[in-house]
Amino acid sequence: MNSEILGVVTMFLATIALAIPLGKYIGKVYNGDKTWADGFLNPLDHLFFKLSGINPLKEMDWKQHLIALLTVNAVWFLFSIFVLMNMGWLPLNPDANAGMSADLAFNTTISFISNTNLQHYSGESGVSYLGQMVLMLFQFISAAAGMAVCAVVFIAMKEKTTDQLGNFYNYFVKSCTRVLLPLSIVVAIVLVFNGTPMTFKGKDQFISLQADTVNVSRGPAAAMIAIKQLGTNGGGFFGVNSAHPLENPNYFTNIIENISILIIPIAMVFALGFIIKRKRFAWMVFGVMTIGFLLLLLPTIYNELNGNPAITKMNIAQPLGSMEGKEVRFGSAASAYWAITTTSTSNGSVNAMHDSLTPLSGMFALLGMMVNAFYGGVGVGFLNFYIFIIIAVFISGLMVGRTPEFLGKKIEAKEMKIAAIIALLHPLLILSGTALSSWLYAHNPTAYAGWLANPGNHGFSEILYEFTSSAANNGSGFEGLGDNTPFWNISCGIVMLLSRYLPIIGPLAIAGSLAKKKYIPESAGTLKTDTTTFGIMVFAVIFIIAALSFFPALSLGPIAEFFTIK
Amino acid sequence: MTNQASNKLFEISQVSVALKQSLIKLHPVTMFRNPVMFAVWIGTIVMAGVCIWIAAGEQNQGSLLYNIIVTAILFITLLFANFAEAIAEARGKAQADSLRKTREETPAKQLVLGDIHVEEIKMVPSSQLRKGDIFICETGDTIPMDGEIISGIATIDESAITGESAPVIREAGGDKSSVTGGTKVLSDKIKVKVTTEPGESFLDKMIALVEGASRQKTPNEIALTILLAGFTLVFVIVCVTLKPFGDYAKTPITIAAFISLFVCLIPTTIGGLLSAIGIAGMDRALRANVITKSGKAVETAGDIDVLLLDKTGTITIGNRKATHFWPANNIAENTFIEACVLSSLSDETPEGKSIIELASLNKNNFDTTHANFIEFTAETRSSGIDMPNGIRIRKGAFDSIRNMAEKAGNNFPAETADRVKAISSNGGTPLVVSENEKILGVIELQDIIKPGIQERFERLRKMGVKTVMVTGDNPLTAKFIAEKAGVDDYIAEAKPEDKMNYIKAEQQSGKLVAMMGDGTNDAPALAQADVGVAMNSGTAAAKEAGNMVDLDNDPTKLIEIVEIGKQLLMTRGTLTTFSIANDVAKYFAIVPALFIASIPALQGMNIMNLHSPESAILSAVIFNAIIIPMLIPLALKGVTYKPIGASALLRRNLLIYGFGGVFIPFVGIKGIDLVVSIWF
Repeated sequence: MNSEILGVVTMFLATIALAIPLGKYIGKVYNGDKTWADGFLNPLDHLFFKLSGINPLKEMDWKQHLIALLTVNAVWFLFSIFVLMNMGWLPLNPDANAGMSADLAFNTTISFISNTNLQHYSGESGVSYLGQMVLMLFQFISAAAGMAVCAVVFIAMKEKTTDQLGNFYNYFVKSCTRVLLPLSIVVAIVLVFNGTPMTFKGKDQFISLQADTVNVSRGPAAAMIAIKQLGTNGGGFFGVNSAHPLENPNYFTNIIENISILIIPIAMVFALGFIIKRKRFAWMVFGVMTIGFLLLLLPTIYNELNGNPAITKMNIAQPLGSMEGKEVRFGSAASAYWAITTTSTSNGSVNAMHDSLTPLSGMFALLGMMVNAFYGGVGVGFLNFYIFIIIAVFISGLMVGRTPEFLGKKIEAKEMKIAAIIALLHPLLILSGTALSSWLYAHNPTAYAGWLANPGNHGFSEILYEFTSSAANNGSGFEGLGDNTPFWNISCGIVMLLSRYLPIIGPLAIAGSLAKKKYIPESAGTLKTDTTTFGIMVFAVIFIIAALSFFPALSLGPIAEFFTIK
Repeated sequence: MTNQASNKLFEISQVSVALKQSLIKLHPVTMFRNPVMFAVWIGTIVMAGVCIWIAAGEQNQGSLLYNIIVTAILFITLLFANFAEAIAEARGKAQADSLRKTREETPAKQLVLGDIHVEEIKMVPSSQLRKGDIFICETGDTIPMDGEIISGIATIDESAITGESAPVIREAGGDKSSVTGGTKVLSDKIKVKVTTEPGESFLDKMIALVEGASRQKTPNEIALTILLAGFTLVFVIVCVTLKPFGDYAKTPITIAAFISLFVCLIPTTIGGLLSAIGIAGMDRALRANVITKSGKAVETAGDIDVLLLDKTGTITIGNRKATHFWPANNIAENTFIEACVLSSLSDETPEGKSIIELASLNKNNFDTTHANFIEFTAETRSSGIDMPNGIRIRKGAFDSIRNMAEKAGNNFPAETADRVKAISSNGGTPLVVSENEKILGVIELQDIIKPGIQERFERLRKMGVKTVMVTGDNPLTAKFIAEKAGVDDYIAEAKPEDKMNYIKAEQQSGKLVAMMGDGTNDAPALAQADVGVAMNSGTAAAKEAGNMVDLDNDPTKLIEIVEIGKQLLMTRGTLTTFSIANDVAKYFAIVPALFIASIPALQGMNIMNLHSPESAILSAVIFNAIIIPMLIPLALKGVTYKPIGASALLRRNLLIYGFGGVFIPFVGIKGIDLVVSIWF
């Protein structure tokens, strides 16, 4: 087997092998079972709870959970805006980077609090170390918030009839101390040993062979890189993210970082099986996600290994595949693998420039974000998937002649209303944002000439990608887009905000409402949701919703480009 | 009579009514009830405007002919959808009308407070009878209104309602006191009290439901409408945003193309057929001679988890029958049988009659002129005869006869005691016979289980429905019959409140319960059950309490009702899937057609190789329109339900309606394009 492909296969299998035990462990954490870490971490948790006056045993209904989530987010939102705008004079700024403009601070804060990590700035010059550390804090908070809400939904799925769904702060703190923090420490240490900087000193200098003095940015990078990968955040320390030699020094760190992208999203699925004690159901979810993921991944790897058809036409051999915008130390297969993992999990870190992906690979990256549930972000990936399950349960329930029920709870008009709204929201935000931008551009190309480096179909893909990335809380950029302007900062900010919180509130509300309902025991007429047939149904629902909503837009972007350069 | 009502899908008379209705239903207020079709309605109006605009000189929207054709097809799409609903209504109405016709304007002999006598007979038309009025019916009269017999007994021909030609007996008091308008008195005379106001009988309610006047969307229909509205909104977004996308790609898109794309994408197939499916469900129930009081009841029937069935008449044929005579050891068989016959000669109970039948001795050989018959009483739990020559024969329950014998100092023979035990454990009922307090032997009575009932229960089990037998028998007998018939559970020695408690307990654990009943003491349980089916012969109270009335008085009808409910939901689900799956092909037809002018490379997406952008768009809208009438028969008949387990059923329907839904339009659109391409 081609060693490049072997590398990808190894990474994927290793991820799954690690995710299964991790999932079991996460399940124990949320179930409140004993784990090995209790001995030394319980006192730490209790200290946090005591300091903040929280009783972690106080049960909440779904609305109280929501209020807790929004409170946590709102407090840190204001704090972040303040730091980002004033970091010029605040401490920990050895490189003397200036504070952000209001619209950029707005965009950046939303971007990090919503787990998007869309960066309209460059890490080296755009933020101070204090700024980086505040952003890093958000990378923990936003990931833990997503996981905590997901835990609430798990518990709601488990319970027979109740409105008491555990304590939000308990899940939130434990997500940090029991999952994110330990894993981040491990990954950060690996990175430090491979050459990633972890220092508060300012720029380093060296004199190149040409006798130029070169300034090299550094900083507390390893810590941030670990959590940006693990928490499906994606916001890198350096501008070019994990393509940067200090952020991702070699193929080994690439493996570690890439495993970090997928591991928690996959582990959450297994945690679900453990918590609701339906392993088959978890495997069904995992199967659907994996098949969807592979359907995006395999053609992408194939396309990238085959090189750019425009270059092939010039009779230039491309033995390494399409290497435009890629790092030689990773190669095209590993870059393609990263591109799909990062987009389908809402991570958004990159180790190659997505703008340079061949057209169909660009489309698969877009599709990963349009679906946003083939693994998806930590916690929130399953929440998106949950909506698809609800719709699939409804349609297939009707198809077998029974009022649809999911895990013993009837799905009625109220749940359908919420599910329809959430399913609608994603295309609405992506398409309307793209429509607004293309309308502005089409009607005054000279005024907005700075936006697009490439007009035509590719330019359209760039606009589409930016909004898709914002709406999927992904944060990767197609780049080639002049995006640090008030228009992009504000429009993307709004999209990120809406597409973060509404898709969290929706599943939470559905799960809360279902948990309260009367439990109906299974009978031979009940449609089982842990079967292959149901898996196919869920997959069909995802495919149809994504394909039907985005087909015209994709036709004008990547598909048109594909047929043009073919 | 109803059973002979036409089963053809389209009657000429119904079609013409439905065609007229399809135009009437274009009224915007009516259309607004259905968001999907309302969107098409708006699209049609806009297209009509575009046609006028082009006629006035606009150049950039394509030819006038092309636009007129698109407008016409959209209009036809609307008519097709309205027609589907109208034909379903017409069928249901025709069915109901044929029932109603029988009782309209029948002359009634109303009893009124007269000038001379207290009660005087006055001839009035049935429509003037009001609730509480009293009328009489004699031999040959047609009963003018639904009512309850307050005095008298009569044989009645109910074939007009049930199609069953054997006459039935109805009498005052008890559970068989109800008469239905339109049926005919064959003998005797009854006095009947009207129980419903004109226009408010169950049948009238049913007709109103079918006609749509009082039809409310069921919860399930509402949830589906929300989902369909959601899909419609997605496509609103897709089509609206396509305008700036087109601007960016420097591609002008005509209004006709926009509206065609939109109409093709929104789920018009299911949207157009949705209400027809619901009406057809009630209509199918009516064809099974079941009157439903709401559409919801039919839907709920599909969800039933537990079915309560009375043993007698449902699981077993009528009553117990004598199947064997077991004389005691030292008694000659003939002597025993003669004693049995003697004691049963005036026993009018079905069991008594069956003993004489089994003995097959000539009744006239027995002289009972001066004999004294002893009636069965609950106290003695035995009956019998005292002969003039001093012989006393008694037959009755084991323990009462034994007590009697032992009191007189006679032993109870051991072999008979064993036999009694054996009969009981075989599900039979032992009747011990004694002569002058000496045990002669025991008669075995057995329940006869209806042929084919086991298969029906097996079918129910596969559907996931638990069957429960309700019987007054002792637990041992009940258990035996339950096992033999294949029911899942039984309630023995059931009192009316036992049924109620069982239903409540099952509902407490989240299950939906259906039951059938006829007596007044069933009424609370009928009301408590999620689906309560009252027999038409039952009391008014029972009929009022249930949410369906079975005109045939057939206790196995519940099984059919469950299937009708399941079919209703399945038809909705499969057509939704089909409708949405169709969109894939429509996209491949229309999207390349929209952009091919400015991005010729997109020809690669035209995988059906459609002739031109115009023909592609026309083919898609034409397909979208004609698929509706093509599916009307399916909507009316319902998707066939097979009890093969939920997963297998899903697999089957997903294959037929999901993959079929993706595949068929590719063929259909290409075929239409071959024709359309002659002109466009």
